[in-house]
Amino acid sequence: MTGYIARRLLHGLFLVAGVVVVNFVLLRLAPGDTATAIAGEMGGATADVLAAIRADYGLDRPLPTQLAIYLGHIARGDLGMSHYFNLPVSSLIAARLGPTVLLVASAQIVALVVGVALGVLAARARGGAVPTLVTAFTTACHAMPVFWTGIMLVVLFASILPVLPVEGMSDLRLRDAGWITRTLDVARHLVLPVVTLVLVHLAQYARITGAAMREVLAADFIRVVRAKGAPERTVLFRHALRNAALPVLTVAGLQFGHLLSGALLVETVFNWPGLGRLAFESLLRRDYPTVLGVLLCAAAMVVVVNLLTDLAYRLADPRLRTVP
Amino acid sequence: MTGRADPWLRRFLSACRTGPSAVVGMAALLVVCAMALYSVFLDGRDPFDIVSLPHRAPTFVGPLPLGTDYLGRDLAVCLLAGAAPTLSVAAVAAGLAMVLGVALGALAGFFGGRLDDLLMRFTEFFQVLPALLFAMVLVTLWSPSPTTIALTIGFVAWPPTARLARAEFLRIRDLEYVVAARAAGAGAGHLMWRVILPNAAPPLIVSATLVVTTAILFEAALSFLGLGDPDTMSWGQIIGANREYVLDAWWPVAFPGLAIFLTVLAVSLLGDGLNRILDPKSDGA
Repeated sequence: MTGYIARRLLHGLFLVAGVVVVNFVLLRLAPGDTATAIAGEMGGATADVLAAIRADYGLDRPLPTQLAIYLGHIARGDLGMSHYFNLPVSSLIAARLGPTVLLVASAQIVALVVGVALGVLAARARGGAVPTLVTAFTTACHAMPVFWTGIMLVVLFASILPVLPVEGMSDLRLRDAGWITRTLDVARHLVLPVVTLVLVHLAQYARITGAAMREVLAADFIRVVRAKGAPERTVLFRHALRNAALPVLTVAGLQFGHLLSGALLVETVFNWPGLGRLAFESLLRRDYPTVLGVLLCAAAMVVVVNLLTDLAYRLADPRLRTVP
Repeated sequence: MTGRADPWLRRFLSACRTGPSAVVGMAALLVVCAMALYSVFLDGRDPFDIVSLPHRAPTFVGPLPLGTDYLGRDLAVCLLAGAAPTLSVAAVAAGLAMVLGVALGALAGFFGGRLDDLLMRFTEFFQVLPALLFAMVLVTLWSPSPTTIALTIGFVAWPPTARLARAEFLRIRDLEYVVAARAAGAGAGHLMWRVILPNAAPPLIVSATLVVTTAILFEAALSFLGLGDPDTMSWGQIIGANREYVLDAWWPVAFPGLAIFLTVLAVSLLGDGLNRILDPKSDGA
């Protein structure tokens, strides 16, 4: 098991390194010059100043040298300096990682719970209005552009139903309040962004759960369980759902990248101070060290989540535990 | 008159019974195409023209049925004009993603071994990078135009198709009729494109509708973020431009979003119906 995890982590490390190298080269090939962008932030510059900036940032060296230096720094945990924020990229990312993880993890959990519940509901009903309603609801949710759903919720909760905050992650007026008040405040701010993400993502879970449950419920062992007089709840949750959980897990792992993409848009809509907004802001300002740092962080998150999914898969399916 | 129903008609009618959602989706999609054609060829009005005061509320009848945006442009004209760029970008992007995905997946699945390993590593690289983030990086490399945006989306959207195509080719390549064709002396090219591909087509066609919805939503997202072409009136661009004023006027954001939603829904319904028609075993859930 440990050997397996080590191998997967090494493989993941190579993937993340690949992401960094490709994007480093791509961003250096981009039209527009980093030195000019930095000079622009300073309010214009002469040729001498531009040359000085290039020398300062190592932009006058050949591309392979720049790449080697950059990779060497990353290996030591140094992601470089942000041109725009004038702070180390690692501290920028550290400040933004928490909010993104909070948003994405909450959305993933809620989407899984609600999606699986809807799927079970649809599979149990066998015909009638319930499965049709579930399919109609999830298909409609899945077709909505996530940023538009978010903006419409902002309109609804800002003007018509002002019970939830529509912007940011915390209320500045509560800065000095106790930790319970502050936690509740963050939770209130979290509601709308999470609902937006969940609406888009629960369709997949409902669909997969429904299909897998229908298949499992038709199996012989379920008939045996029923014949032994087990109550319907035991049949559904103890026996059927445990067997239907594997494909749901697979989809949950595969969906994580999409969830991050969605979070990027949701963060923009709700002014959520996360990584997605950092990526967007730094791309617009051609602050490439920050962009690369966020890309590295996002790829690492996907790798870790895929590994966790794999481990969960092994826990859920005893047959896989012996496979090296 | 032969007195017999045309077999095509009969097949069409039976398909309508198996997958009614395909018909609904197709019809809705035709309406969007008609909007696009009308706006490009018949509607002489320029969507960028300022025709009235900003933020005139929608009246639904008479002139300015959907009101005006933050600059006083006719929102109904903007919506009509937004159909063509949205559809054409989605079509080109989905086409590119399908060609890349099917080609790479077919090579990996058919030849297996080292080539399969190599191509799957390449696919994995695209899967650890959130697609929208990568698309954002790519569009900043070029000046945004409908062409570059379509190419970008196509370039990030192919991996799911590649995985599906690989699985199908892997499954079909060892079936008896393929082995028979191989024994009869068919070359790799003939086997892949003439023997296996037609049999792998149904799930790939269904997945193509999924790629189209992804492309529409990505185009909208990029335009919304302001990374699209500011000179093209696409639905996402209208939302992005009007978003700042949404608390004063909801309609310039609500209507284009509704248009994107209905178009994506139409394509999803088409895919769902096609899935039922092409794969009788599926319960369509």
